[in-house]
Amino acid sequence: MTDLAVRTLDSRAAAQAARPASARARKSARRLTPARLPPGLRLLGPVLLLVGWEGASRLGFLSPYTLAAPSTALATGYEMIADGSLLPHLLASAGRAYSGLVLGVVVGVLLALASGLTRSGEALIDGLVQIKRAVPTLALIPLAIIWLGIGEAMKVFLIFTAVLVPIYVNTHAALRGIDIRHVELARTLGLTRGEFIAKVALPGALPGFFVALRLAVALCWTALVVLELVNTQTGIGYLMNRARDWGQTDIIVVGILIYAALGLASDAVVRAVERRVLSYRRGLGA
Amino acid sequence: MTFQAPPPPAVVLTDLSRGFAGKTVLDHVSLQIPSGQFVALLGESGSGKTTLLRALADLDDEAEASGTFETPESVSVLFQDARLLPWLSVLDNLVLGLRRPDGRAAARALLEAVGLGDKADVWPDTLSGGQKQRAALARSLLREPALLLADEPFGALDALTRLRMQALLHDLVRRRRPTVVLVTHDVDEALLLADRILVLKDGQIAEDHVVRIAHPRAAHHPDFIALRSRLLASLGVVAGTV
Ligand SMILES: Nc1ncnc2c1ncn2[C@@H]1O[C@H](COP(=O)(O)OP(=O)(O)O)[C@@H](O)[C@H]1O
Ligand SMILES: [Mg+2]
Repeated sequence: MTDLAVRTLDSRAAAQAARPASARARKSARRLTPARLPPGLRLLGPVLLLVGWEGASRLGFLSPYTLAAPSTALATGYEMIADGSLLPHLLASAGRAYSGLVLGVVVGVLLALASGLTRSGEALIDGLVQIKRAVPTLALIPLAIIWLGIGEAMKVFLIFTAVLVPIYVNTHAALRGIDIRHVELARTLGLTRGEFIAKVALPGALPGFFVALRLAVALCWTALVVLELVNTQTGIGYLMNRARDWGQTDIIVVGILIYAALGLASDAVVRAVERRVLSYRRGLGA
Repeated sequence: MTFQAPPPPAVVLTDLSRGFAGKTVLDHVSLQIPSGQFVALLGESGSGKTTLLRALADLDDEAEASGTFETPESVSVLFQDARLLPWLSVLDNLVLGLRRPDGRAAARALLEAVGLGDKADVWPDTLSGGQKQRAALARSLLREPALLLADEPFGALDALTRLRMQALLHDLVRRRRPTVVLVTHDVDEALLLADRILVLKDGQIAEDHVVRIAHPRAAHHPDFIALRSRLLASLGVVAGTV
């Protein structure tokens, strides 16, 4: 009996030993760093959520006054597209979000360059941005309204200030965190300051910049949601706010879905650009 | 008969001292290296080889320094890690900062010479360790330096690759004749390549040997064997104990 057990164990150990070493190594590597997801699989979670939600609505667990079913929302959304009532609002929202984003990215990068590459720049700029960082964007709404009124300028300005901070902080950190070995190399190769910035400092900071850009893209839509609840006659947020007054949860869901779709699409675009620009990096999902 | 003055030395160290946080690493080192000489610098780990080389390369801002040194105008440095910028192609890495009108053509020719003719346009991170170091060697020689400073450039390579790299370095250097200071902890590497071998110990040059063995050198040459056991002894290794 014991003899048999021992022999079984033995033969199992032998089988294990007989497995090619490379297969085992590959398996343990896979355990340490997850393999890259096939493209579609990222959507598994969202799809399950939608299915559960739809099911709950159909089975009567969710009243349309609490939350419309996704299918209802889709139908409503389709109608709004068809009768042309959605597009102007969508354009208004996208215009605000992307104007603020572009301004914030451009100014944030310029500030990060000035502060990351020069001492006087750092002395002037870094403290200011760190203070701005500590102030929530929403706390600036009253001031922005007094300065810029309640129109478009105020909204774009606030998105701009929200986006500016992560762009600056990450790009600046990436510039300051430059690999000292690369700096030494640049010195031994006799690079000029211009060559150093163009060929060493900026490319070295690009991965950090892309992290910042993805944060900023998410942030510009987030800031927009709040701002469009403040005095507007256009925009997805306005549609949702009005729908709240009428209890139209289907339109609210349409708005949420649009925000989600735009956020995801924007992120996908940034990631695609990042993959192209940083194509020299191999490995870990880069 | 006209009197011919010897060529001026390429590298002159006078009372060179370096230290970190009050601890002396180089203690009044004086040394002259004639132009075109291939010098190998040996020493135990922590003896200050890198410190000496970084002083010559002007990369030691943080060290406490005294004494003077002279080096030629054009100096190339070969690091232990290849230090190729990952975001530039191999060819763009070679010509980075190069001020020669024919730079790219010369770079391609040199890549050919180090056996990387087909790798000019790939990303450095797709190269093996030995290939990266060959690209780095090509980059440093492309500048046609009067002085080549190399800090254990083959230290991270496997034994076979290291042998090939040593042969390549010997070959390329013999054609261009720069002055070379090669830091290594590998006594055989020093014996294979160098015209002169220095041993750094307690902050000073403890041994200074001219190697007159003809190339190609064989490890069983009696002079090779004699000098090797002498160097090993001065490095604190007693030969034949393993
Ligand atoms: N940047 C530094 N800061 C402090 N100590 C250093 C620094 N560089 C080297 N040292 C010290 O100087 C000594 C010599 O180092 P190094 O020149 O790197 O030796 P080797 O290259 O011969 O191994 C070591 O004790 C090391 O710790
Ligand atoms: Mg060293």
